[in-house]
Amino acid sequence: MKARVFVTLKNGVLDPQGKAIHHALEGLGFSGVNDVRAGKLIELDLADGTSDADIEDMCRKLLANTVIENFRVERAETA
Amino acid sequence: MKSAVIVFPGSNCDRDLAVALEQVTGRKPDMVWHKETELPDGVEFIGVPGGFSYGDYLRSGAMAARSPVMRAVTDAAGRGVPVIGICNGFQVLTETGLLPGALMRNAGLNFLGRDVRLRVENSQNLFTAAYDADEEIVFPVAHHDGNYQADEATLDRIEGEGRVAFRYLENINGSARNIAGIVNDSGNVLGLMPHPERVIEAAHGGTDGRRLFEGLLETVNA
Repeated sequence: MKARVFVTLKNGVLDPQGKAIHHALEGLGFSGVNDVRAGKLIELDLADGTSDADIEDMCRKLLANTVIENFRVERAETA
Repeated sequence: MKSAVIVFPGSNCDRDLAVALEQVTGRKPDMVWHKETELPDGVEFIGVPGGFSYGDYLRSGAMAARSPVMRAVTDAAGRGVPVIGICNGFQVLTETGLLPGALMRNAGLNFLGRDVRLRVENSQNLFTAAYDADEEIVFPVAHHDGNYQADEATLDRIEGEGRVAFRYLENINGSARNIAGIVNDSGNVLGLMPHPERVIEAAHGGTDGRRLFEGLLETVNA
């Protein structure tokens, strides 16, 4: 069983990395980009039967820093 | 004063901190590996050093914060043992939750390695007692993730409680309210990005960091 955890910066938290990517895109001539926010994708290969609550616990205890980050879990039973 | 310096894989300021502590206290600190589950008996001061623990994987300080020894450090901090986290150590202390907020990538994206001027905002805590109120001092910084952030309510609270220990005189890294170092609510845990242990003797180009350790020693021995 696999799960994907998407970790993103909370709204309002400055994202210097996203800003740099935005700047680089503009430098390449892509003028239609309004904003860029960079995040992380963490793929977990889990024992069958791992509960949503367990995954959420992993996110809160380690995968995301909830002071500055949000997380979203996407489960894929067959991946 | 019996002190301990925590060592993670990737720590690189542990020796500097040990040398500084030995010079000031006259006693070599115990170097404590991250896998230890207990601190040496009778430890009176704990230093969490700078560096790149675990290669800054996931987030700076994130992996180190979950290492076995940090549970012992958290317990000791709860008993009132003074703890200092410098640079990566500050990142580790925020990741453990011993200090509020988080340290993000520098706003200018560059690694910063230079001297910075700081103001001692609160000269009444355990770590700043040997400085004058509002004194201006110079410590070096060497970091990529020193941009201190917390929500407005948290910032207001730590400001209101006098928990901002050091403030940058210029905003070098994007830190909210120019915060360079803060203490916890009971005042025995300090985290700061600049490096006091690198300005201990004249040959370092400055000695402003020495009084941090001297003040602490005096309080602990009092």
